[in-house]
Order: sequence, then C-alpha cells, then structure tokens
Amino acid sequence: MHEVSLMENIIGLIEDQHRLSPFSRVRSIRLELGALGPAEPDCLRFCFDAVARGTVAEGALLDIAIIPAHARCAACRRITPVQDRFDACPLCGNMERLTVAGDELRLVELEVV
Amino acid sequence: MCAVCGCGTSTLSAHDHGREHSHAHPHGGHDHDPMDYGAGPAGLHVPGQDQARTIRIERDILAKNAEYAASNRARLRRLGTLALNIVSSPGSGKTTLLVRTIAALGARWPISVIEGDQQTSHDAERIRATGVKAVQINTGRGCHLDAHMVGHAMDHLDLPQNGLLFIENVGNLVCPAAFDLGEAHKVVVLSTTEGEDKPLKYPDMFAASDLMLLTKSDLLPHLDFDVQACRQAALRVNPRIEILTLSARTGEGLGAFADWIFARAALLCDPE
Repeated sequence: MHEVSLMENIIGLIEDQHRLSPFSRVRSIRLELGALGPAEPDCLRFCFDAVARGTVAEGALLDIAIIPAHARCAACRRITPVQDRFDACPLCGNMERLTVAGDELRLVELEVV
Repeated sequence: MCAVCGCGTSTLSAHDHGREHSHAHPHGGHDHDPMDYGAGPAGLHVPGQDQARTIRIERDILAKNAEYAASNRARLRRLGTLALNIVSSPGSGKTTLLVRTIAALGARWPISVIEGDQQTSHDAERIRATGVKAVQINTGRGCHLDAHMVGHAMDHLDLPQNGLLFIENVGNLVCPAAFDLGEAHKVVVLSTTEGEDKPLKYPDMFAASDLMLLTKSDLLPHLDFDVQACRQAALRVNPRIEILTLSARTGEGLGAFADWIFARAALLCDPE
C-alpha cells in the first residue's frame, strides 16, 4: 500500500504551494497517472481522505486522469500503444520497447479558494 | 465530503451526525456532472462571491524522493562506493544471500549494509555477526524504503571511500519498484520455491532491475521449477536483465555474483 506514502507526497507538494501562495482551502486536485504508473487509482482515492484530514487539502475533489501507455520499439523505432509492459511491438514483433508515456504520476493543478 | 458518492468535497454534506468517519471507496475514474457543484470554475452558487483560482503545479509526485535519491547518488559517486538495492518478496533468502556473499567477497573491500524491515533488527544483527557494519531501518507500517530514509542510514554508517553498500529492501515485490534510493543497480532476488511466472505477475520490479538472482538452486532437484521458463519470463519483461543462478547454501554461483559486483565496481572507478 505504497499509495499512502505517494499521497503523503502529494499533500506535501500542496502544503509547499500553500506556503508560497496562501489560500484557504483546496477545492480540487488534478493528478495524471500513467496506465503503467506506480499506483492504483482506486488505492489513491481510498487513502486520500485519511491522509488529507487536517490539511488544507481536506475535503478536496480528487480528479485522476489516466494517461494511456505508449512505447517506442527499439528495432523499428515506431511508437505504439501498450496494454501490458511486456507486450511485443505490434508492428514488427520485437520484444524490446522503451516506454515513452504511461509511467507518470504527476500533480498537475489545484483549484483553490 | 461529496454527497453523490462520498469521495470528494466536504462542501456538500449529505448528513451530519457529529462523528468523524471516512466514506472513501474505490470507483473508477468517473465524475458526477451535472450533480457535482464543486467541479466547475465558479463552484459556489453565490454570483460574484467565488474567488476560486487554478494553480498549475506540474510536478512529479516522486520528485521529492528523486531529489533525495540524486543526493544519495552524488554522495556515493564522490565516495566511489557501489550501492546495490536488493529487492524480493519476503522469504526469498536476501539476508542469507548477503551473509554468504559478504563471506565470499572476503575483506577485499569495505562493505556496509542497510537493512529494511517493518519491525525488528534481526537482519542487521545477522549481518553484524559477519563483521561488517550494518544499520537497521524499521519502516513501521511502511512497505518500502525511500531515499530519505536511506540518506539518514548512510549518515549513521559513516561510509568509507571505495566501498560496497548493500541496501536490503523490505520484502515486497511491488512497492519498492517505484522508489529510487540512489543505488547503482536494483538486484531482484527470486527463489526457486516461488514459481517461475513471478516476473510476469510482478513485472514492475523485474523491469526496474538490472540483475536477477535465481536463488536456492540447490532445491531444484526437489521442485518442478522450470528455470528456462523463468529466464524467458524475466527477459520478456526486461530484455536487458542479466540473470545468475546460485545457492547461498551450497555456494554454487556465488563466485559469479561476486564477479558481477567487481565488474560493476570497476565501472565506477572508470567514469566514461
């Protein structure tokens, strides 16, 4: 359940922002999570209320956008969608592909009041 | 708390009964338009009263860990110390492997060990019995080591120049994959009692590792474990992964692991 510590990092980034430009509370939090990213969206939602309690982010709406995964084939160099991390290139069958999108977990923006 | 499903804002409270509880529950990525009044740019239904603003952040959630990891990595580079992050499921035999590897490497260069477990200092005590320095990190409820913890552990160890640092992560094939500790390489340990399809079931860890050690090879005659299928599974997830088979119990293959470590340490001394 490393989503708890990831959520603590998210709340930490929000608290950093609160020190930079004070606001009274956070209304919504927009995250981008890669389809192959380091967390399960349901687990992030599950632990959000507990981690955010007592912080400026308490009660905020958590909006998680899932970024589809894409990889570049090491052989044919073409970029194609990835369902599973270990799928072969659908165009040439080569196994070695470098993920170019879908690994991320990013705090994109906050709506604050 | 969002009145629609309990996942969101506290501005719309469907019920108030004076005791705090959580309504969090998993649900997949939907939104509640048009019922979610908090989602729009104005939010409140009081014209002219709303001062909502949007702040762009665009930061990687693991950015803080990445900063600590970069600092650890820079410190290790200055020291000329090779750091290996040893990851596996619980019970694969990481500590026994380290005890025997330390013995196989002999006193050829200074070795230090950081041990990560949820509780107890049993593993650090086992390592100290070999005569090398070890510090135990107890993560409590935490399921992985992070770079901040490892930085503090490095302070405690007072690392020598040109040494070797083993970081034995918490036994867990999932969470430690996401946390860079500043190591040179992740080394994933898979024991023959675990099943040859583990790389396919837990691909993130095998994708993040540079070396897979297939351990407890002395048990192979008693098991149905298919070494070739296991190798193929690991290479399917990570075509660049190197694979060594060994037994900490009999010592078979430990020399090859020691040679791998020496080769990686030599690369540190010879920056391109």
